[in-house]
Amino acid sequence: MEKQKSTFKTKVGLAEMLKGGVIMDVVDATQARIAEDAGAAAVMALERVPAQIRKEGGVARASDPTMIQAIQKTVSIPVMAKCRIGHFMEARILEALEVDFIDESEVLTPADDEYHIEKHDFDVPFVCGCRDLGEALRRVGEGAAMLRTKGEAGTGNIVEGVRHLRTLRHGIRALTTLGNEQLMTAAKELGAPYDLVQLVAKEGKLPVPNFAAGGIATPADVALCMALGAESVFVGSAIFLSEDPAKRARAIVLAATHWQDKKKLAEISAGLGAAMPGIELSTLSESERMSTRGW
Amino acid sequence: MARVGVLALQGAFEAQVEVLRRLNHDVVEVRSAEALEGIDGLVFPGGESTTQLKLMAWGEMLSALHGFVASGRPVLGTCAGLILAAREVLPGPQESLDWIDVTVQRNGYGRQLDSFEARSDGGRTLMFIRAPRITRVGPGVEVLDTLDGEPVLVRQGKVVGTAFHPELSDDVDIFRELFV
Repeated sequence: MEKQKSTFKTKVGLAEMLKGGVIMDVVDATQARIAEDAGAAAVMALERVPAQIRKEGGVARASDPTMIQAIQKTVSIPVMAKCRIGHFMEARILEALEVDFIDESEVLTPADDEYHIEKHDFDVPFVCGCRDLGEALRRVGEGAAMLRTKGEAGTGNIVEGVRHLRTLRHGIRALTTLGNEQLMTAAKELGAPYDLVQLVAKEGKLPVPNFAAGGIATPADVALCMALGAESVFVGSAIFLSEDPAKRARAIVLAATHWQDKKKLAEISAGLGAAMPGIELSTLSESERMSTRGW
Repeated sequence: MARVGVLALQGAFEAQVEVLRRLNHDVVEVRSAEALEGIDGLVFPGGESTTQLKLMAWGEMLSALHGFVASGRPVLGTCAGLILAAREVLPGPQESLDWIDVTVQRNGYGRQLDSFEARSDGGRTLMFIRAPRITRVGPGVEVLDTLDGEPVLVRQGKVVGTAFHPELSDDVDIFRELFV
């Protein structure tokens, strides 16, 4: 029987499997093992977590294949990796490594300040960041099989993530109230493909799963994002820059499952040790912001 | 119409809930042992089996789940759900619940790049996502459908396991036959 590999449905299918599961940033095989043991549904292999990129500066690029392969050998859960926005050759290299998902990420330094990657050309699925419905649907139009609302990565501050979750949710609700004759103008204003605007207006939800990412530091942050419509979370710097990574990782996994249960959340949140320090966003200059990258 | 629980610890449980609701079942999302009370059937969704197993153990749900299956009520395990229900999981050791006497190989068809759609020997539309491969079938297990001769849909007693995702390809027959 003929098998059709890497269809858009199989790409979105993997995103469906990751729902309610936490995707954790890891920089080596040891961290990957800790993440898997704590119940991570996938790991994101990268050389420096966002908080380190922020501190050290310089150009942030895709990771060395050696470290990605070491992580693939260590864990049985899906392994994701990041490429720079628009850098389709970094993406080709990651595809050759058979990573399970590529994150075309604003956390790395953009390689193209006008265009994102044409993701339909790839067999491997992509996840992309978004701040609002227009950006979300542009990425899906390019072939993204999963979205994540952008927080301000590496800050341990949830405020940007919350803003973008709310903006996205408002955008979706607003579309569902429009008449058919209003959808073309809405598509123009959103800068989004008309067919996807029609789909969202009809279904009242995005065509692919949406997770939250950036600034999530505590189980309560996870629950907040889920309550605002995220289908799960990416957690970057917050785990391995905290006092007790294994304990915090497990607490964050539990929060993604039990986010509706306040008593459980209280238990989960207790005695985790110090969270990562965090940054107040008003102290960041415009050029230090990562979430504004993406076109 | 039945009251059907869907294990909602992690994974693609929403798609299962939608299919069951369309078949007019009363659906309960199960995140604790207490939520199993008063349920006529149970679905173990796809997702990451290692994550789901940990959440079950941390939530002290294992004995209640064994009790549920022993009571003879219908159970469906898809993909990760099949891995949990299997007797033996490779590469081992990985704990499992031993409700279906099969051996499964995790990611037995390959990584995500090898995920695929196909038609089964029995004519079903199949969706395989980093799917487990059934490599051994014990004597008490019925093979209900195959792909190129390999088992993909199995049943032991009232527990049905699929290597594929009927909830993502709108294959409602399996749900219709199991939950009445």
